[in-house]
Amino acid sequence: MNTFTTARTHSSQIFPEGVVLECGRRLAPVEIAYRTYGTLSPARDNAILICHALTGDQYVAEPHPLTGKPGWWDRMVGPGKPIDTDHFFVICSNVLGGCMGSTGPRSPKSADAYPDGKTELWGTDFPPLTIRDMVRGQELLIRHFGIDRLFAVIGGSMGGMQVLEWAVTFPDKVFAAMPIATAPLHSAQNIAFNEVSRQAIAADPDFAGGRYWEHDAIPARGLGVARMMAHITYLSEEALTRKFGRRTRPGQGCTPPDAGQPASLFSEIFEVESYLRHQGSSFVRRFDANSYLTITRAMDWMDLSAEHDGDFSAAFAGTKIRFCVVCFSSDWLFPTSQSRLLVRALNKAAANVSFVEIDSDKGHDAFLLDEPDFDRTVRGFLAGAAEQAGLSSRPASPDPAPGV
Amino acid sequence: MRLDQRLIAGMIEPGTRVLDIGSGDGSLIGHLYRTRNCDARGIEIDMKEVTRSVSHGLPVIHGDADNDLTHFPDDAFDYVVLQRTLQAVERPREVLRQMLRIGRYAIVSFPNFGHWQMRLRLLLTGRMPDNAVWNRPWYATPNIHPCTIRDFLALCEQDGYIVKDWMAIDEEGDRAPWRRSVRLANLFGEQALFLLARAR
Repeated sequence: MNTFTTARTHSSQIFPEGVVLECGRRLAPVEIAYRTYGTLSPARDNAILICHALTGDQYVAEPHPLTGKPGWWDRMVGPGKPIDTDHFFVICSNVLGGCMGSTGPRSPKSADAYPDGKTELWGTDFPPLTIRDMVRGQELLIRHFGIDRLFAVIGGSMGGMQVLEWAVTFPDKVFAAMPIATAPLHSAQNIAFNEVSRQAIAADPDFAGGRYWEHDAIPARGLGVARMMAHITYLSEEALTRKFGRRTRPGQGCTPPDAGQPASLFSEIFEVESYLRHQGSSFVRRFDANSYLTITRAMDWMDLSAEHDGDFSAAFAGTKIRFCVVCFSSDWLFPTSQSRLLVRALNKAAANVSFVEIDSDKGHDAFLLDEPDFDRTVRGFLAGAAEQAGLSSRPASPDPAPGV
Repeated sequence: MRLDQRLIAGMIEPGTRVLDIGSGDGSLIGHLYRTRNCDARGIEIDMKEVTRSVSHGLPVIHGDADNDLTHFPDDAFDYVVLQRTLQAVERPREVLRQMLRIGRYAIVSFPNFGHWQMRLRLLLTGRMPDNAVWNRPWYATPNIHPCTIRDFLALCEQDGYIVKDWMAIDEEGDRAPWRRSVRLANLFGEQALFLLARAR
């Protein structure tokens, strides 16, 4: 079966006019695949856009159609949950460049088919993409819904980068913004990690220069290694120690093999190894390698100060948006220092900012996991902002602070 | 809300922009937002208090007076408030200067080291004070820059700040009677509250 031309049904909207990308090229038509939860109010003022991370997708709060697993933020989004769909209309769309229904490297390059009936896909010919391009794609969808202003834009990691690009690119279309575990620029270290991922994919013979879809193959080894490496950066030493320590797999000794036995260089000895291999192999079944290349490169281009001679605050000059910046103490991929850089830039722009560092040992992935303080922060910030925005349907106002 | 916070709130015009440095549980900014329609924000050094405030919908950032005021632009606020904290910052003079750079008015409260009990204890026992405010030994106290009401007035004069209003406050935070005599206030006021404006 050709996994690349099998039609999957994602609900989506096609925009014939497309998007003019930052590189100057018009990508048209553009298809944006999305999911929504809750009900849009008659005033269309209660919409929250959730932006997904590098390997996330639009299936926020429902089982994933490929893996059957619960939505990636199921614990955060739903009736009565911190992002409460009893009050808010939640939209999440697959990013441009993605592989879950939105236009990306796995989309047909043109309407013409090859003589053998196959369709030529974009692959590595997909135009260079940026976070801002992704946001422009989302903006088409928001307009399609007839929404003039989003009540809030929320996202973690690369999703947080999109939140910041929304604030900078469409400041009048956002009331509140919640960038989580993110940064206003992609650091040298993070570009370096992305480069290792890309090189792992390129080194896989099945990659075939990016035209693997012509051979009904996928660069599973390379993409798997890329995921394994990246997955380490999402965790923390404490989390890895807590989960696995130095435990060995059943049947494996805890000491090196005796003389005469094979050195077992490539067998799974430690539990952390088999965990990572599982992460790699399950990832390649749901993600496209060329998408991974395109999106990681888009993250690398992220630098909100690039147009302002290194001054991040200039990007936010005059902003009326209410920001809530959240980071996690053990996140070393998007460390607190980078959130603080963002907060100081927002202060310099005299923006309305809240800034919380959640104490957690779970690393970058903490924003997806059970962190009660984080839940309270999201719920409280949204309730306070909804009160300020005067939303007709809003969750109960947060209790007044003690002493009021 | 503490009584002295009510006095502070009384100094603030409705509908203004306020920054509360050391906002604690957020009760002052919550009060200013809800009852006086102020755009009130906070800075707090204790992350637990920050999380609690934000969870209550209040705009508070994690930070402190010594390091985080420099990032705000001139005239970002109408009032900048520093409650019971001036004596604990590293560079009080610079903090005051920053407060009156980013705000039109500064509201400052601090424990008065000139209170008669302090003087008496030092005189009779030769030891550092030990009471509700000065409750830790000298080597462990966060209050590294104590001053008296007269010391504070001298600094205001030196740096050219205009004292728009001031009062002595008792331990509970209520207004003390000796508000028009600096000498009496400096002797009997447990705390002091000042409303300052920058020199023209």
